[in-house]
Amino acid sequence: MKNIGIILVRIALLLLLAGLFFGHLASETYQMTEAKNGVLGFLSLRPLHVSSAYLGIITAGLGFISIVIQKRKNTFLSKLLQYSHLALWVIALIGIFYSYFTGDFGGREYWEFNPIWAVPIFVSFIIFLIYYLYQLGFKEKWNVYQWMWLTGIIFFIFTFIENYLWLFPYFRSHFIADMTLQWKVNGSLVGAVNQIIYGVAFYLMEKISGDNKTSYQKLSFALYFLGLFNLMFNWGHHIYLLPTEKIIHYIAYAVSMTEWILFIRIFYKWNKQIKENKQHYYFFPYRFLMAADYWVIINLGMALLMSIPAINLYTHGTHITVAHAMGTTIGINTMIILAASFYFIKPTFLSKKTLKLNSLFFWSTQLILLTFLISLIGMGIQRALWQVGLKKSTFSQMTQASSLWTLLFIILGTLLMIFMGYFIIYLILKSLKKNQVT
Amino acid sequence: MNLNIFQQPRKVFIILFSFFFLFSLWIYAIPLFSNYQKPVKESKSIANGRLVWQKYNCHTCHQLYGLGGYLGPDLTNTYSRNKENETYLKGIIKSGVRQMPKFNLTDDETRELLAFLKDVDASGTADVNSYQPEINGTFSLKK
Ligand code: HEC
Repeated sequence: MKNIGIILVRIALLLLLAGLFFGHLASETYQMTEAKNGVLGFLSLRPLHVSSAYLGIITAGLGFISIVIQKRKNTFLSKLLQYSHLALWVIALIGIFYSYFTGDFGGREYWEFNPIWAVPIFVSFIIFLIYYLYQLGFKEKWNVYQWMWLTGIIFFIFTFIENYLWLFPYFRSHFIADMTLQWKVNGSLVGAVNQIIYGVAFYLMEKISGDNKTSYQKLSFALYFLGLFNLMFNWGHHIYLLPTEKIIHYIAYAVSMTEWILFIRIFYKWNKQIKENKQHYYFFPYRFLMAADYWVIINLGMALLMSIPAINLYTHGTHITVAHAMGTTIGINTMIILAASFYFIKPTFLSKKTLKLNSLFFWSTQLILLTFLISLIGMGIQRALWQVGLKKSTFSQMTQASSLWTLLFIILGTLLMIFMGYFIIYLILKSLKKNQVT
Repeated sequence: MNLNIFQQPRKVFIILFSFFFLFSLWIYAIPLFSNYQKPVKESKSIANGRLVWQKYNCHTCHQLYGLGGYLGPDLTNTYSRNKENETYLKGIIKSGVRQMPKFNLTDDETRELLAFLKDVDASGTADVNSYQPEINGTFSLKK
């Protein structure tokens, strides 16, 4: 049986690598004083960066789900569904990059590529949904990560349709409604993808700890529903400033605050966490899961504060938001993806020396990411002070004033590309070796 | 705490999803009940202007209500800041400034984009100074 899942994972790793590279190129624009045209202009680099990184995360999620569920059944229909999903997904990816490289794009932020390529994405997701349901069947009781994966797939499909409602003038001509809808989509789409990725983390934890009872516990389901509830109703915290219906803001504020439960629970379980860290520390897939856990603390803490409108008023529209977005996509999503890649691709660090070297790289990556986020927050604070008028200067004077932070951001971003890139290339190469992959 | 309900995930999922679906329908209906009616012709220009904004990806570097890219300034109220001088806005779009490239818009596109920016500007303010934080963690427009 051909392992389609691992093909998706390889594509995902390549996309993440591309995301790092385009991000690095885009960051250099901050030091420029003139516009560059063509593919190397910021206008193309930003969407290339965002799409590569985000599609990489989605592709990885689908890849891991595939690896897990393809073992359950191997009928003709399974194969047909799997191959058609892969084919459509690859077509969409090629189309998207073609669209960026030829300058034929223009659309919603994060989804600028020619809308025609949304069609294969949409159809491939429908096929993936059918494949998922077919492989799992309805006979047995599903555990929590199986529910999370289903949720992710369904909500992706639902919000993806909403993502293109702007094609109708009814929505487009009402600016406020249109922006509300746009951020409903962005919020829920991220939530949907997180369900898929956190489901993968749950799966890994079950396998590593060898305890499969947790995945059926009421508490696990309660936490899953808390996540789902937030996915559905917290997106209004992106648009506190937008003069839309007030009730949307109140709902978002109230719902966002329910996540304090998750935050408090982490500290409640602190001792258990430390014990678990010690127990599995030398198992490399676990190492990245551990990293993701700690990034959750930092990012959730930040997110909770930023979801309070009175604080959001000042952080909004600054690089503090970017720090949060990158903190979650790199610190949480990508760490989980690396953990899962290490788990499924199974490279073994035979000698003590390689283990040590990789440990060194691991810790350097975490440290670089932390300082990288701090540099973004530095840029953000500069802009926040400017926005409230504490610094009486023009926009370009403000950017000048923040040039030291900007330089730090560019340098650390470059280092991040090198160090994360190392792990990604390493995994891609290992995955190509025979009999490595399970 | 009684968590028994969570033993029936299908039920909980369907209940939550139904609420979400109703919430979504209400969001789609906002244009119907909010007092935001515009003459048809103007409304068409604005809708097209939104497309021009998207076609040229102004959001890559600019924000509206703090949403969008970070390389350039927020443009929510740029129209009223430069009201007397639409030519200033047209000039910047045509010739670019610092990292902003030149854009070759047709006359119609420029007119529609400005109609859009005018409409955005009229919808409210994105100036942090116009708001004040409240004790319950929200904020409101200064009187
Ligand atoms: C590649 C990034 C980029 C893109 C894309 C871009 N801009 Fe800009 N824009 C900037 C930067 C940077 C500035 C501020 C330059 C400065 O003053 O330092 C600016 C300034 C402006 C200003 C002047 C703001 C003021 O208050 O004085 C306007 C108006 C403007 N842009 C409109 C647009 C429009 C309309 C589009 C889309 C057609 C667009 N920009 C696309 C980067 C960009």
